[in-house]
Amino acid sequence: MNAAEKKPRSKLPMIAQVGPVSLWMILFVTIPMLFIVFISFMTRGTFGGVEYTPTLESYRTLADVIYLNVILKSIRVAAVTTITCLLVGYPFAYYIARKPPDIASRLIMLLMIPLWTNSLMRLNAWMLVFQTNGPVNKALLAMGLIEKPVMFLYTDGLVLLGLITNFLPFAVLPMYSSIEKLQNSMLEASADLGAKPSVTFWKITLPLTFPGIFSAIILTFIPALGTYTITDMLGGGKVLYIGNIIKNQFGTIRNWPLGAALSVLLLLITALLIFIYSRFASIEEMEVL
Amino acid sequence: MPEPSDSIVSLHQVEKWYGNNHVVKNMNLDIQKGEFLTLLGPSGCGKTTTLRMIAGFEDATSGIITVQGERVEEKEPYQRDVNTVFQNYSLFPHMTVYDNVAYGPTIKKMPKDDIRKKVEEMLALVQMSGYEKRRPEALSGGQKQRVAIARALINNPRVLLLDEPLGALDLKLRKQMQIELKRLQKKLGITFVYVTHDQEEAMTMSDRIAVMRAGVILQIGSPLEIYNHPNCRFVADFIGESNIMDGTVRSVKGNLLRVETDDGMILTEGDGFKGGEKICVSIRPEYLSISKDVQDGFSVRAKIKDHIYMGTVIKTSLDLDSGKELKFSRFEPDPSLKEGDERYVFWDPAKSVAIHLEAQEVDA
Amino acid sequence: MENVRNRKVQKEKRVRFWSTFYAAVIYAMFYIPVLVMIQFSFNDAKRNYSWEGFTTEWYKKLFTFRNHDLWEALAYSLVIAVLATLISVVIGVLGGIGLKKFRFRGKKFINLMLYVPIVVPEIVLAVAMLIIFMTVGIKLGMGTIVIGHCTFCIPYAVVTIKGRISGDNETLQEASMDLGANRIQTFWRVTIPSIMPGIMSAAFLSFTLSIDDVIMSNMLASARQSTLPVLILSVNRTGITPDINALTTIMVLVMVVGMLLMNGIQRYTAKKEAREIAEIERRISAMNDMAEK
Repeated sequence: MNAAEKKPRSKLPMIAQVGPVSLWMILFVTIPMLFIVFISFMTRGTFGGVEYTPTLESYRTLADVIYLNVILKSIRVAAVTTITCLLVGYPFAYYIARKPPDIASRLIMLLMIPLWTNSLMRLNAWMLVFQTNGPVNKALLAMGLIEKPVMFLYTDGLVLLGLITNFLPFAVLPMYSSIEKLQNSMLEASADLGAKPSVTFWKITLPLTFPGIFSAIILTFIPALGTYTITDMLGGGKVLYIGNIIKNQFGTIRNWPLGAALSVLLLLITALLIFIYSRFASIEEMEVL
Repeated sequence: MPEPSDSIVSLHQVEKWYGNNHVVKNMNLDIQKGEFLTLLGPSGCGKTTTLRMIAGFEDATSGIITVQGERVEEKEPYQRDVNTVFQNYSLFPHMTVYDNVAYGPTIKKMPKDDIRKKVEEMLALVQMSGYEKRRPEALSGGQKQRVAIARALINNPRVLLLDEPLGALDLKLRKQMQIELKRLQKKLGITFVYVTHDQEEAMTMSDRIAVMRAGVILQIGSPLEIYNHPNCRFVADFIGESNIMDGTVRSVKGNLLRVETDDGMILTEGDGFKGGEKICVSIRPEYLSISKDVQDGFSVRAKIKDHIYMGTVIKTSLDLDSGKELKFSRFEPDPSLKEGDERYVFWDPAKSVAIHLEAQEVDA
Repeated sequence: MENVRNRKVQKEKRVRFWSTFYAAVIYAMFYIPVLVMIQFSFNDAKRNYSWEGFTTEWYKKLFTFRNHDLWEALAYSLVIAVLATLISVVIGVLGGIGLKKFRFRGKKFINLMLYVPIVVPEIVLAVAMLIIFMTVGIKLGMGTIVIGHCTFCIPYAVVTIKGRISGDNETLQEASMDLGANRIQTFWRVTIPSIMPGIMSAAFLSFTLSIDDVIMSNMLASARQSTLPVLILSVNRTGITPDINALTTIMVLVMVVGMLLMNGIQRYTAKKEAREIAEIERRISAMNDMAEK
């Protein structure tokens, strides 16, 4: 084969491998996202659906006190969930990460098995536990701590419990991943140089595991903010969060632009968090699994 | 328990078990103030474990460890007056060079100005001035090494422990750092306890070397002592290059021994040997001689196998009748020596070492 | 001396006790709902409002296939999950390999897009896709659900695979081509087998995500048929029947057994390989010993 017949390095392998995923992402992520931003600036159609007249009506509705309250409440609850998951989950992740690798992976596996059960059934189980005549109330009554059964169901408190138990594994995993990568020799060096264990923790362990912590924040706060099944089931429709409102706009109420506007709000909050994250680490290194 | 007044670190009957693994066996060691002591041995001999027990990262299963006369078994690493230079430097990646070096004093809550002065001093000492704002990931191996040393020395430790610190550097840099470390140690007068498996490194830097194997110190002494008077086969083999021949003592005249080997008779000097005793004899390649004639007392015949030019010396391999190979080195080539030539091997008996065979020295 | 050592050991023992206790409490919190779910599959009541006694009739009822709704929903979910897993794994694995290897314009953009389904709340994704489908006129049904599931499964597959590929794979591929295999042969004979554990992980993850999914399956569904989770959601108001508990209990059992099997096979093949390697090393050192003599 002489020089004239040589083909240039074919781009086919690259296109075959990268093409499908790129195409899918653009078709089913980029375009829908852009469209939803677009829709949020449109008017609600008379019989539901969309009229393509630009307006800021939806955003003005969001500024209404009722909606603002819901938004702030959702943010507050998501924040409490996240902080609790961090505080509870970090020691737990640390415990697992300091075990020998084979035991650690089995412990992680043990952590994942409950996630293989249907999430709705797990929520239903919590409802059964906290029912009026359920075991918790019975125990409290028996111990004389209360006189009448407490109505746990459909309260913010139960929703919070549901959120925490649901998202704790997703907080633990990235933190575990980060802590596991912490080299023992770093901690030894710190001790060697005169630092007590508490000092070593603040100056070395915490800063070096920060990527995992931040990942945990992102993977807990944002989903908690946008959840609707947990609030739906444990809140019984009495408790309204952003997720429920968005869902309703596309169900019974049929106010797509409003639903879109709320979604855009969620996207903005997400983008803000990601932006802060990117100041400290590259998003490709985010510990997800 | 004898305690020489000059010893700064003492280990007395120290044992270390990992489960069923007897990693350090009845170790007794006195490290003198201001000396450069190296723990030398192959992987798994317990040298790093011993170092870590002095530093406080491992607890001895039993035994007493003292630093400057004080018992330290109950003391955590951050309570001991020793500092460590780690094998992979262990510089804190999220801190600058300055913060890394300043770490110890910062923990002790020294005033900021004093810290700055000390850091500048230390960085100058290791020739890393100007690198304060750099991050560890932007440093080369050798540079990281210096920062690690500065970070340790800034705390004025009584003893500096070094765990194979030069292992990751390339040859030229390693040799350069060896000299620098030695100079530093002499200048500061601090006791250095150094761990390595590289016997050349140990010979270059140490005041004393403790050769370890399987949890035991086989021999401890100056490099010259160990090189010229190894007390066992392993040490003779491990340090430098050596020719070792096994044989039986046929006659003892004063300190001159006639030994019969599979390849003929040889002579060696040695004290405390009996006729009929099985021993081994170690002779360094540079002390070996060859000639066309049989020499008095020696009857070992050899055939020239090949020459290797090592730059400074020429190493020649000699094949003996039994199939054993001897190595013979000299500075200048001898064109008359061709492959396949037969010669007789001999040496000055004062230059060879007779070694008792231990019962457990059946080598693997 | 002994006292001092004992004090240290005692302290360590105490720390270990309390940390194990802490971990145990957290594990208990995770498993309580699972155990309650299993318990109530044996509940002798029409609906799971409270415990009324032990019975296994729900399991018997399940296997007489009389509650069509439930089995249809399960079948629907399974079909969707299998389809979604297949598509996601193929696209995701190919994509993961390609993204790690190649450089191209817009690579950063695609990487960013991949993280959107992982980070953004699912409701936003679902709603966005719903709007597009309805505006363009695509009918909602199994197809749209599968597309929806793939959209969040593919990024997880890509991330899983990327995490398993190392520089080693590059050299393996180069070695293969050096020995005469073309790109396609290398791909099938070398690349895929070497990342098989990652592929299995990605497949398992996609399957679990799909079969448990509620939000997408709810929003992108047709009125006619629901997936199992959506069915559960709709029945929740009136009360969940214990046969649903029975079904989900069986499902999780199957998954656990499957995972144990997979692990067992992996460990068995690893042990076999380790034994073979030890055997080869033994022979090599034996040969060396002989050569020395």
